[in-house]
Amino acid sequence: MILVEGVSFKYPSGVEALKGVSLTVKDGEFIAIMGQNGAGKTTLVKHFNGLLKPSSGTIRVDGVETTKTTIASLSKTVGFVFQNPDHQLFSETVEQEIAFALKNFGFEEAVVEKQITWALNLLSLEQYRKTSPFMLSGGERKRVALASVLAWDPQILILDEPTIGQDHEQKEKLRQFILQLQTQGKTVVIVTHDVEFVAECNPRVILMNEGKIVADGEGKEILTNTAALVESSIVLPQVAQIFKKLEPLGFPSNVIDIYEAKDLLLNAWEKQQR
Amino acid sequence: MESMAVIESKSLTYTYPGASKPSISDVTIKVEKGEFVLITGPSGCGKTTLCRCFNGLIPHFYQGELTGEMIVAGKDVTKFQTHELAKHVGLVFQNPENQLFALSIEKDVAFGLENLGFSRPEMRERVDWALKLTGIYDIRDRSPHEVSGGQQQRVAIAAVLAMQPEIIVLDEPTSFLDPLSAERIFEVIHELNQRLGITVVLVEHRLDLTARYATHIVIMDRGKVCSNGDTREVLRNEETRLVGVGIPKATLLHQMLIKSGMNISKVTPLSSDELVKLLTEVLVPR
Repeated sequence: MILVEGVSFKYPSGVEALKGVSLTVKDGEFIAIMGQNGAGKTTLVKHFNGLLKPSSGTIRVDGVETTKTTIASLSKTVGFVFQNPDHQLFSETVEQEIAFALKNFGFEEAVVEKQITWALNLLSLEQYRKTSPFMLSGGERKRVALASVLAWDPQILILDEPTIGQDHEQKEKLRQFILQLQTQGKTVVIVTHDVEFVAECNPRVILMNEGKIVADGEGKEILTNTAALVESSIVLPQVAQIFKKLEPLGFPSNVIDIYEAKDLLLNAWEKQQR
Repeated sequence: MESMAVIESKSLTYTYPGASKPSISDVTIKVEKGEFVLITGPSGCGKTTLCRCFNGLIPHFYQGELTGEMIVAGKDVTKFQTHELAKHVGLVFQNPENQLFALSIEKDVAFGLENLGFSRPEMRERVDWALKLTGIYDIRDRSPHEVSGGQQQRVAIAAVLAMQPEIIVLDEPTSFLDPLSAERIFEVIHELNQRLGITVVLVEHRLDLTARYATHIVIMDRGKVCSNGDTREVLRNEETRLVGVGIPKATLLHQMLIKSGMNISKVTPLSSDELVKLLTEVLVPR
């Protein structure tokens, strides 16, 4: 569990990126943090694994205050995958990249080997085992970064903009993958702009603006809140746009799921035929 | 009859130096003047490689092996240098930071013109025109590195526009932007296409935001063109979905409703507005 209480954070430049944020992330939750560039999303999640320490307020991960422990020990619980994989990757081969943290955590050689193979399979990267991460495409490098974190099996996983540069199929795989982590009881926090992806996943959504949380709730509720979304530079998912415009015809306006949309429209049409 | 094609490739096949197989193979496409073409397909399908052929970066910069033909604005890209082709075709990339370097936005936009030896008054006129068109005239004195990602991408587009190319090629120009900034960039591009008749080639995964603007769509898979034609026709085709292309939700929902027997117009919608219009034709208020 992550407990955030009254956290403010000021960068050395004087920019106040977080202004009194409080939030509880329960074990096994799936949360999407959304908001425009500069809203404080990445700054907030960087506090979860101790990369940043609050200027005031406290963050507790499983009861331990982040200021009273090291990033290394927090990392074992909280895996962080950066937005730009190039900020994370540095090894000569994909295999070495994944092995790096595992070795640092002191896993035995056999375990390291097993985990590497597992992570490579999971993210369809087997064929690149001996390839330099820098020879790969942007989307593939993102998957290497993800594999290198998943390999040590952290309880809490933070993904910063995981869908950027990913095609439809990769996004669908990522969605399935997050669902799978959910069934294992893992906590997943994603930072994203991708409304269509969030609409498909339907997690708890936290909307941030200018260093504050401005909305927090079910995906269905937040992703159909036009006023809050526009203020955060977010466009409504397409299904929600359709139902907003169909409201005068008597349809509910809080629909984000395409299958629910189909059922509602078909029912209305069939009733009309009778 | 005179052909109006501004881009025409015939059996274009290209292999990067040292690669064992071609990144694009047997690509034959034709883009008419004034079209808005969307190129999409799974990661690694060869979209970016194809873009690099449009202004001769392939084969002049990347070398490797190129066979077949690529004619852009009447010029064979293998026979003209990139700077020559740059007068006709401008490229905008995914990450604007890689493209910007000058001390002010204005200087960045003027750079290409300086290189081509334009006179000062002519440069002034073109730069102001491009800055106004992209909505960044008021911030022209600021450093491109201190403005938002959306504004940076506008600078990159303005720099390309100042050259007044006939064709503008954009390779996932908004992937680093928030959705509203992305939507605004696409609106700017759409307007350039509509008002100035500039031919647009846009490489993009997010069809939800872009399909509505495209007159023509090319879908690539594993280096080959697998679908090529009218946007509505291609997107309603079952095979397009099987390639793993993210069909706009409005288009998908329309297909689902037709399949379930709803008697709705068969004209494939590309945006939520278009679908709502079709739905209000058949549904009465409750």
